[in-house]
Amino acid sequence: MPILGRRRQNRAVPKLEPRLAVLTALMLAALSAVAVRLYYLQIINTQELTELADRNRIRTRRVPAPRGLVYDRRHRPLIDTRPSFDAVMVPEDAGNLPRTINSLEHYLGEDHVIDKLNEAKDQGRAPFDAIAVKERLTWDQVVAVEAHQLELPGVSLQVTPRRRYLYGSMAAHLLGYVGEVSERDLTQLAGYHLGDEVGKFGLERGWEGALRGTAGGQEMEVDSVGRRLRLLKEVPEAPGQSVVLTLDLDLQEVAEQSLGGRSGAVIAIDPNNGDILAMASHPTFDPNQFAGGIAAADWRQLSNDPGHPLEDRVISAAYPPGSTFKIVDTVAGMSEGTLTPSTTYNCAGGIWFGNREYRCWRKQGHGTLAYHRALVESCDVYFYDVGQRLGIDRIAHWGHLLGLGADSGIELDNERPGVMPSTEWKRKRYHERWYPAETLSVAIGQGYVAVTPIQLAQMVAQVANNGVRYKPHFVHEIEGLDGRVIKAYPPEIEANVAIDPKTLQALHDAMADVVEAPNGTAHKDRLNGIVMCGKTGTAQVIKQAQGERIKEEKLPERYRDHAWFVAYAPKEHPMIAVACIVEHGGHGGSAAAPVVHDIMEKFFQLNPPPPESGPGPGLTKASAGRIAER
Amino acid sequence: MQLDRRMFYHFDWTVFVLTIAIALIGLVSVLSASYTGPNRPLHPLVVRQIIWIAAGGIAMAAMVAFDYRALGSYAYPFYIATVGMLVAVSVVGHATGGSRRWIHLGALSFEPSELAKLAVILVMVRYLREEPPRGGLRMRHVAIPCLLLAIPAVLVLKQPDLGTMLTLCLIFVTLIFAGGLNLRTFGILALGVMLIAPMGWHYMKPYQRGRVMSFLNPQSDPLGAGYHVIQSEIAVGSGGSWGKGFLQGTQSRLNFLPEQTTDFIFSVFAEEFGFAGSILLLALYAGLVGRGLFIARHARDRFGSLLALGLTAMIFWQSAINISMATGLLPVVGIPLPLVSYGGSSLIALMASMGLLISINTRRYLF
Repeated sequence: MPILGRRRQNRAVPKLEPRLAVLTALMLAALSAVAVRLYYLQIINTQELTELADRNRIRTRRVPAPRGLVYDRRHRPLIDTRPSFDAVMVPEDAGNLPRTINSLEHYLGEDHVIDKLNEAKDQGRAPFDAIAVKERLTWDQVVAVEAHQLELPGVSLQVTPRRRYLYGSMAAHLLGYVGEVSERDLTQLAGYHLGDEVGKFGLERGWEGALRGTAGGQEMEVDSVGRRLRLLKEVPEAPGQSVVLTLDLDLQEVAEQSLGGRSGAVIAIDPNNGDILAMASHPTFDPNQFAGGIAAADWRQLSNDPGHPLEDRVISAAYPPGSTFKIVDTVAGMSEGTLTPSTTYNCAGGIWFGNREYRCWRKQGHGTLAYHRALVESCDVYFYDVGQRLGIDRIAHWGHLLGLGADSGIELDNERPGVMPSTEWKRKRYHERWYPAETLSVAIGQGYVAVTPIQLAQMVAQVANNGVRYKPHFVHEIEGLDGRVIKAYPPEIEANVAIDPKTLQALHDAMADVVEAPNGTAHKDRLNGIVMCGKTGTAQVIKQAQGERIKEEKLPERYRDHAWFVAYAPKEHPMIAVACIVEHGGHGGSAAAPVVHDIMEKFFQLNPPPPESGPGPGLTKASAGRIAER
Repeated sequence: MQLDRRMFYHFDWTVFVLTIAIALIGLVSVLSASYTGPNRPLHPLVVRQIIWIAAGGIAMAAMVAFDYRALGSYAYPFYIATVGMLVAVSVVGHATGGSRRWIHLGALSFEPSELAKLAVILVMVRYLREEPPRGGLRMRHVAIPCLLLAIPAVLVLKQPDLGTMLTLCLIFVTLIFAGGLNLRTFGILALGVMLIAPMGWHYMKPYQRGRVMSFLNPQSDPLGAGYHVIQSEIAVGSGGSWGKGFLQGTQSRLNFLPEQTTDFIFSVFAEEFGFAGSILLLALYAGLVGRGLFIARHARDRFGSLLALGLTAMIFWQSAINISMATGLLPVVGIPLPLVSYGGSSLIALMASMGLLISINTRRYLF
């Protein structure tokens, strides 16, 4: 009880004043805490929060730069960039949305508009962002949308630069194509953003840096719902630089037409500097399909096509060179001293080596012949002997000097080096020794040896140019917007092989008669008034049984041989070298030579040779007249 | 009522000047928050706010002249009338933004919940003006006050107006503490509230739960419930030391701030006038609260003391919670910034209250 009693005594009436004092302290303390918070936000954290405020209100929009133009050697445009119209829609501005969508679908003749809107919604579109509902409108669609603006609130046309390949599939493999940058590219390329266009193939890829230009940008102030209020800053876009090619549009057109619907490849090079004048690979594709995004179905079709239209046969397909390889035999044999122009050999239609007969293409044989006729008539037996005397390693040595078995150095991706076999190559590749019989096959361009069309063109250019081979190139120069040359690509010597002039003379004479002489394998395709030097070749597709020669026409097409023809002209002071392969074209003289002939003819029509190189007075006069006209 | 010359000698200029200063800051902020660009006529909100400040001035003057001691006898009638209006508003009230808060009387419309704050203050002061028993107010003594609070509080909560309900409760707690609540009883009550609070969660509306959740972690839903807190903090913080300048606040101009003329008006002001302006405004409130408590401690009678405390508590709780909410210290509850937020009922009621405060201080020299 005493404890309780003490308590009772302590129970006083609570006074107002001390409690008011407590409240005063508490309230002022609370307000001080708020002051500390303000100090934290406005003094300590202000920088970070200011950045957040700016990020809130500023939206940047990239304005892609139009890609640079691509010209042929005479400054005729091959690729340009044209405005293309996309229909875009801001659903927030559309009023009655279902009705607007209906009208839009009606005027576009498409019914994917609602899908596109839903797609954008799924991707987390910000309010008031325009959605592209249909890209690359046709002119009729543009007119329909423009004319019915009143029925299409919230719909507008947006102009986007779009790549245009003016000649469709012409030189498609060289020019390449563009596409939307992939997510994998983004991790490797700096300065690209999702949705950007990037060169994916060919020139477009290799010269991306020059062609691309610099994207501009706009900084817009937006409000909380994303409405654009005013332009804060604008960086104008800088269009890409123009690329002038060494390609000649006229020649290229002839090459494409002449190859036509057949599979094959042709390349024309200026032996004096390595300029690629024309370069075609068939079957081909239309790079316009890729501009602005290729449809998945189209892509599947292209990549699964058994004809491999995406493969650039000029640089990526290696074929047996066939009898065109006799040029290598000639240079090797005469340089090594195992062959002279007067070396004779008797062709009885075949020779026995080991326990097998190696046949000449001419069943009845050529009889006894010397070098000149052997090349002109492409006697296989003669060159079996040349090869046998040389041995594979000396052939390989000279093959390499003439650029075989290695990349040509052209600045395109996916080039294949082909094969120039040797004993060492075989040991490394198959862990096996070289059998002398295999040398015989190589000597006539069969067996292990494999070359690309560009390698053969380069080889011919090299022998035409007395042993000097230039690096093949197709970009002449890069021009700025004002037409000033920003970068020039001077010729680069790739190889300079000392070849005895007498050897070259014998070779040139023989190659000339391949075309000019009545017994030449390409006599049908000689030029009018200009001496063309050439060599036909036949690349076997299947090994034929011994002693058996089936008529080409009787074979199904896919088993027929590939036809080669390589040539340069004029004989004196050559200006152009061409290599052509027509797959399953049969004998070289019949299928490939006409293509080369067409290109040469066009070339000399455009570039008449100087008078002294003409063989006859008639031509001299004619070309003199043409030169005077200029 | 007689006008005494002494009233002018002893007029409380401190409260008057602070009130007018805060109201003018409010006018500037409302102007800024409703600004749509140059060459546009003044926004109607601004014009109305000017009218209400003027009306509030008249109400303040009337209250200065009023003998506060007479209020004791008006307390219950006023309370009953207010409760009646709260009931009416729930039946015939005009709904804005999902809640029924307004009563229209001809051209005038007002929010009875603003009157509820005054009614609760008056009725509590009336109840507590008798000295507490020995040992302070116990559970049995606070039963009736709790009921007096509960009726308007529940009606306001039903509108729903969580902010005003909270304000009523906090004013009640402040008054009953000062009025002599037994400290152990206070502890038990506090414990009880803490235990009941989780049950309250059950009765919360989804948006109210969202606000609490986003307060605990604003980044959990940055575009949803947490958006307001984040945007408000950005506005306040980006003001920096001296602010972006009058009418230069991007957060408010571009509508990143929610409710920028009412609940988030502090952010508008803080963005444009920076730490300097914010601290000035906070100091004005602190001055008003300090002066109010000074008046409470020096009033001649217990009724005057408690009345002054109640009015001060109303200013304190609303300003402290509003600014804490705008700076991310507390979850978002719809409590306006007293004397600054746009709104006629609140402004007039608050200015009248400040008039009463002046009256209490002036009259301690008169009797």
